[in-house]
Amino acid sequence: MTARLEDGPAPAASSAVRLRAKRRPAIIVAVLIALVLLVAGVGIAIGSYSLTVPDLLRTLVGQGSGVDNLVVFRLRLPRVLLGALVGAAFAIAGGLFQTLLRNPLASPDIIGVSGGASVAAAFGILVLGLSGAAISLAAFVGAVVVACAIYLLAWRGGVTGFRFVLVGVGVAFMANAVLGYLITRGEVNEVSQALVWMVGGLGGAEWGGILVLALALAVLLPCVAVLAPRLRILQLGDEAAGGLGVGVERTRLGLILVAVILVAAGTAFAGPVAFVAFVSAPIARRMLRTGGLALVPSALVGVLLVLASDLFAQHLLPGAGQVPVGIVTGVVGAPYLLWLLATANREGKGA
Amino acid sequence: MPSGTAVLVGRASVPAATGRRLIGLLAAVAVLLVVIVLSLALGTRGTPLANVIGALFSPQAGNPDLVVIRDLRLPRTIVGLVVGLALALAGTIMQGITRNPLADPGLLGVNAGASLFVVLAIAVLGISSPAGFIWFAFAGAAVAATVVYGIGSIGREGATPVKLVLCGTAVTAAVTSVITLLLIGNTQTLGSFRFWQVGSLASRSLDALAALWPFLALGAVLAFAVGRMLNLLSLGDELARGLGQHLAAARVLSAVAVVLLCGSATALAGPIVFVGLVVPHLARFVVGPDYRWILAYSAVLGPVLLLAADIVGRLVVPPGELEAGLVVAIVGAPVMIALVRRVKLAGL
Repeated sequence: MTARLEDGPAPAASSAVRLRAKRRPAIIVAVLIALVLLVAGVGIAIGSYSLTVPDLLRTLVGQGSGVDNLVVFRLRLPRVLLGALVGAAFAIAGGLFQTLLRNPLASPDIIGVSGGASVAAAFGILVLGLSGAAISLAAFVGAVVVACAIYLLAWRGGVTGFRFVLVGVGVAFMANAVLGYLITRGEVNEVSQALVWMVGGLGGAEWGGILVLALALAVLLPCVAVLAPRLRILQLGDEAAGGLGVGVERTRLGLILVAVILVAAGTAFAGPVAFVAFVSAPIARRMLRTGGLALVPSALVGVLLVLASDLFAQHLLPGAGQVPVGIVTGVVGAPYLLWLLATANREGKGA
Repeated sequence: MPSGTAVLVGRASVPAATGRRLIGLLAAVAVLLVVIVLSLALGTRGTPLANVIGALFSPQAGNPDLVVIRDLRLPRTIVGLVVGLALALAGTIMQGITRNPLADPGLLGVNAGASLFVVLAIAVLGISSPAGFIWFAFAGAAVAATVVYGIGSIGREGATPVKLVLCGTAVTAAVTSVITLLLIGNTQTLGSFRFWQVGSLASRSLDALAALWPFLALGAVLAFAVGRMLNLLSLGDELARGLGQHLAAARVLSAVAVVLLCGSATALAGPIVFVGLVVPHLARFVVGPDYRWILAYSAVLGPVLLLAADIVGRLVVPPGELEAGLVVAIVGAPVMIALVRRVKLAGL
């Protein structure tokens, strides 16, 4: 990942090109928002009971019939909202991790944060027999505890990205071993249930959870907005950033904390939806043709990926709408990565 | 004449360093022998050393431990020895060709491919015994590795380290999604698969090894043959090419070695993780950056780690036992974290 100070084109470019390059982010964000609205609308409207467009609009503004209200507000809108919140949380967290640790592979599932949530949730389901909100709480605590452990273990008069990643991988291996133990010892039907949770899905969407997650995002996103400009300076290297008067360690700790809580909160309500954190930021950066952070487009890409994948899982795969969204995001995300590699190579960037 | 002294010292110290490394290697072999003996002697049912020796060298009907040692512990010890060696060698090669400290043998998609084929074997064909999984696991490993390597080498620059790593991760993610899709809602398949998936040395027969040893042997020979190439590759692609190294040939040979070694190991014991990741780091920590020595040390330390994990797993929860594939990460990860904290890590 290269840090670019200026995103504008070379001075020799004509003014028309410059104008287009300046407008490009705005156009892309507008297109992404339109797509998100479209996919969300389709997600709310179609199903075993489909709504027409006028019906949908009427219901959303509070003028719908009894059945329409039930279907929209009790069943489909919560699902779509949860998907949107989770997609945004994971995408932003993934982008922060990848930038902070300067490693495109440093997504929360590879450095053990999601593993901690999974262990706690599986323990809750298989050993304690928990369900519902208690699992969410267990997963949240698991993710935060594991992230703290990684940070403390990687601390040695400061934290370097490389050490953080390696310690995280070690912790992820231990979490997976504990998970393996729980899965082989549990009762097979409960194991199946835990497996569904670990893939990540939107089936458990409820207004209470959505409210909590929305509040968490409402607190955390302003923090990201405050800290993100400093991240661009951090990318210049620790020494340069220190010289420019940025508190390196404190900024890094703050950003890691925000990213971890974003992941933990999202995971608590939807499980560790695979690949959203990993691919959203790279997709957004490619669209914008920038090496910068691009958090807003990343979040939109994350929302779009989760909502579109859920639509796919619910209506196009067999299994009566019971296929968790995390399965589809993995299948959608992987080919994208491969395509990214192929095209990066064609442009002579050598991946 | 400072430079002259340096040369003299250099010449004098090369044999000395080699001697030290040889002594270290012999010490590691001695540790391995101790671990092998412990693996034969320890278990839920403790056996005196005399009975172990008796069972191995003069099997008589009067020996009460004959059956346990000959039919249970000897096969799992031999399988552990072979699997540990294969995984450690494969891991060393993966780290060498990708120059990535996080590379492990599963990175070519070997474990994911093997798992997918085993799940299909259970779900579609109704096979449920580990012995029946062997060829499916091996075939799956080979297919997945071919796909990863094929996609990774599309384009002008061939299979560069970064492309291999990312392709392996992407293919693994996609395949894992498919596996989960097959397992959800099919508790019968899940019931068989989950035990294979954690990786274990328990109740292995030597029949599987008898079928797979030619692949393992070829893989091991290839591994040691590419040691010198890995040294040159570690200088970076351009320098290696400048020195006349055939990069493409080196990478293909290495990939073939990984598939043979890791594919066989996974077929024998299930997808055991971590050994292939951590053992090459340990070896590099002891002997430095020369891949020929890293391979030699890994070949000894891999079995030590896996057998030790297997022994611990047999003893911690009597009368049951923990699978070696689980214990190895619980035991190995703290060692890895301690190393990461202590050592100033050299990039690969």
